[in-house]
Amino acid sequence: MSFGTFGSRMVVAILTVIAVVIIVGTFQHPPVDVLQRGYRGTGMAEVYNPASLAALQTANQLPEETPKADASGQTAGQSFQNVQVLKDVDSTEFVRLMTDITAWVAPDQGCAYCHADGEALSSDKLYTKVVARRMLQMTMHINGDWKNHVADTGVTCYTCHRGQPVPANIWFKNGGPPTAAGSGGDRTDQNWPIAENGRTSLPFDPLTPFLEQSNDVRVVSTTALPEGDRHSIKQTEWTYSLMINMSEALGVNCTFCHSSRSFTDWEQSTPERAIAYYGIRMVRDVNNNFLDGLASQFPHDRLGPLGDGPKVDCATCHQGAYKPLFGASMLKDYPELAGNGAAAPGTPAK
Amino acid sequence: MAEYQNIFTQVQVRGPIYAGIPVQTGSWNRLGTVSFSYWLGKIGDAQLGPIYLGFTGVASLIFGFAAFEIIGLNMWASVNWDPVQFIRQLPWLALEPPPPSAGLCMICPLNEGGWWQIAGFFLTTSILLWWVRTYRRARALGMGTHVAWAFAAAIWLYLVLGFIRPLLMGSFGEAVPFGIFPHLDWTAAFSIRYGNLFYNPFHMLSIAFLYGSTLLFAMHGATILAVSRLGGDREIEQIVDRGTAAERAALFWRWTMGFNATVESIHRWAWWFAVLCPLCGGIGILLTGTVVDNWFLWGVKHGIAPSYPAVFPAVTDPSLLTGGHP
Repeated sequence: MSFGTFGSRMVVAILTVIAVVIIVGTFQHPPVDVLQRGYRGTGMAEVYNPASLAALQTANQLPEETPKADASGQTAGQSFQNVQVLKDVDSTEFVRLMTDITAWVAPDQGCAYCHADGEALSSDKLYTKVVARRMLQMTMHINGDWKNHVADTGVTCYTCHRGQPVPANIWFKNGGPPTAAGSGGDRTDQNWPIAENGRTSLPFDPLTPFLEQSNDVRVVSTTALPEGDRHSIKQTEWTYSLMINMSEALGVNCTFCHSSRSFTDWEQSTPERAIAYYGIRMVRDVNNNFLDGLASQFPHDRLGPLGDGPKVDCATCHQGAYKPLFGASMLKDYPELAGNGAAAPGTPAK
Repeated sequence: MAEYQNIFTQVQVRGPIYAGIPVQTGSWNRLGTVSFSYWLGKIGDAQLGPIYLGFTGVASLIFGFAAFEIIGLNMWASVNWDPVQFIRQLPWLALEPPPPSAGLCMICPLNEGGWWQIAGFFLTTSILLWWVRTYRRARALGMGTHVAWAFAAAIWLYLVLGFIRPLLMGSFGEAVPFGIFPHLDWTAAFSIRYGNLFYNPFHMLSIAFLYGSTLLFAMHGATILAVSRLGGDREIEQIVDRGTAAERAALFWRWTMGFNATVESIHRWAWWFAVLCPLCGGIGILLTGTVVDNWFLWGVKHGIAPSYPAVFPAVTDPSLLTGGHP
């Protein structure tokens, strides 16, 4: 049968080409490194691809730091006008910080990104300066009041901005893609693969309910037998989506924090789970008390499709690393950003 | 003898076209032209058709088509009738059950689970009609009804997941969505919500029968292929009239593991393993949320979930310490 011979060869050739395209286009090439962390047999291991890890490390180099200069003996509040947050900082250090903030946030735009051309440095004409002032308060609040998440490593402007006026990983409320008018085709806030849900069919905006609102993340029953826990499978999908989002943001597996035997059992969890617990609350605090309040300051094109301001999630700082900048501390060189543990000035009452 | 070492059918038998024994009752008859297919002959019988649909077959196809259309059109509507996005996003699209807040709404609003209920009703009707068909066609041929009852085991699992358990839980929101990835993510979420299904003994049994089925199928298929050069593929005759093929196959397994099934009993093993997989699975699903709420904790309580030596420093639930405040 001539067709059988020629036809089957053609079919095999075409299938091979398709298979190669799918395999090469879908999967990372081996090898992968596996780092066992938990007790043997529990599957608590982290999986890394050396090639992508090397690329991530290259992307997480620290910027060059301006050397410290001798103190002038005058505070910024004495030397400059309209200094509200850093007025007690020595003016030499204040200028050094301003120089570095420019390099961290607006290297291409320069000082004029916040300080309007032709205006006094004290002018609050540009919204960017108003936002920057609030962001300084936020940084000090995080470093001073959220040590159970950022420890003494702390954060600086660079942790999120990385040389860009708008950090690469921010989020807005997501109303989802357009669906047909009429009585069909409801997506039920899920079944749309985007980066926020790790390209799964889980809910596509897990951030609003958990990182802005304070919905309960915990959905697993705490009793062996039913005793009135009514958390639904659909609720579980929201939590699941948040967890996938965090996993992607940190470049880690579920087992970085949890034992997959029992996701909910703290006794089998890693210490990182408690740090992440505070991280969720920290991000919620920052979104509610700093970023949402700035929404009215931003021009229209800086707002999301639903008119809300930009917000932060885990990826904003972490950017794919289990610790932002792989744990390198920039804060130690800028002690004025450390905050004092008291609520930063201007923080709305909780 | 090389033809006996090929996984594809090596001998294509092409007799005269045979339509089968006369249909005895009813006004329906077999449909379609009869043809031979070389490619079908590679994996089975080369003769294609005729097919007997009958009343239940036609009704089943109509109901099944209705369910398929409702699910597909809802998916298409969910991408605003965009044909390109429909294709691109198809694996992620779904027709979702009613929200949990609706409980056991008898007639849900169409866009809040109503379509899901209608599609589920049509699909269930279609499946049950197809079951009747497998039963009646077997009877018409004077066969046993083993296929129908094996099919019923799968229908049991389907009904538990989509209807019986949601009914017991008082919420259609507990049911499975119609969708490729959505039903898989639902499965993972189901296991997470109820504290890890791996500690559910009926889930364990179901997996054992599932993997056992593949093992048995591999052992049986391999055994018969291995002795087909001695006539072992004539299994039915070998049941009552053991030839050298059956003797060698039996001896092979007695040598390798001390025990052998018979040419007859192996099919009972296979049938029961296959049937018990969804049967046990359905029981396991039915008990989840109704009788047991957290399978891991249940496993600890009953000594099937061991504890491991501590590797990490002790971790305490932060909500017990500071309630999440800094």
